[in-house]
Amino acid sequence: MKTNVIRHAFAASLPVMAGYLVLGFGFGILMQDAGYGVLWAFAMSLLIYAGSMQYVGVGLLSGGASVVATAVTTVMVNARHLFYSISMIERYQDAGRCKPYLIFALTDETYSLLCDGSVPDGVDANRYRLLVSAFNQSYWVLGSVLGSLLGPVLPFSTRGIEFSMTALFIASFTEQWLTADDHIPALTGLLGTLLCLLIFGADGFLIPAMLLITAVLTLLRGRLRSGKEAGV
Amino acid sequence: MNHAALLVAVMALATALLRFLPFLVFQKSVPPYVLYLGRVLPSAIIGMLVVYCLRSTAVFTAPFGIPELLAALAVVVLQVWRRSALLSILAGTVVYMVLIQLAF
Repeated sequence: MKTNVIRHAFAASLPVMAGYLVLGFGFGILMQDAGYGVLWAFAMSLLIYAGSMQYVGVGLLSGGASVVATAVTTVMVNARHLFYSISMIERYQDAGRCKPYLIFALTDETYSLLCDGSVPDGVDANRYRLLVSAFNQSYWVLGSVLGSLLGPVLPFSTRGIEFSMTALFIASFTEQWLTADDHIPALTGLLGTLLCLLIFGADGFLIPAMLLITAVLTLLRGRLRSGKEAGV
Repeated sequence: MNHAALLVAVMALATALLRFLPFLVFQKSVPPYVLYLGRVLPSAIIGMLVVYCLRSTAVFTAPFGIPELLAALAVVVLQVWRRSALLSILAGTVVYMVLIQLAF
């Protein structure tokens, strides 16, 4: 393994490092508060590796959710990963042995680092992408373990730390708003979900919201496509 | 098997399935409709998740969602100003924690 590619991958992963350490830390604390110790936090961050789903998962675990409810919730919360994968099909086509892990580790943040396809000069693309992905997961796992171990002994109350997930999505929403040419998809997601929340209530709005969003965006296809053709 | 371990396994398998499925189904070419969804859905889903996170906020009883509103505003303003997601998330979370622990 050349140090050059390690250095480039590490540098690329730095913006994600602090975020994953902090959000992983918050996840570890929430797990600890729900009565699940460090091995649980470690196992979830290693095997599931989906930030927002793991936050939602704390509630599923402590509420004793059914297998079906857990499966449906996971599919709804993580459905966006289908679309990350779709846009990476061509890019990961020749990834060889690295491919399964690259696909497994395609989180929001890893996708945002790798989706433009650029790789530093003179560096093997597959090895670089593999290392960026692995660095990112190591920060997430480390943050989760540290939060689980250190959360209970912090000298201040961590009440409200769960807002870090909300803040993550609001920040992503704002950033996408600032960079997007067309705000219709973002508004459809926000307002469509709000409408479903008002109609169906907090326990059953997620599935209707997904259906409504998909239907509205499908109907708007001709209109939205005329702007800028798929950048994927 | 213990129920919680079963739920973790379900979450892990369902998440992996979503990530692998497109690679298995569209090995050669991706239909234009799917490409279109791949382009417009991510930002719509982020909007959905914002609402999802705030779904249990009580807006008609004290504190009327004021801590959530102020913390969310802090995130938006910082993100527009500095364009650093980490800074926005950290500051917004601290604002929220301070508000619910000390002010409300």
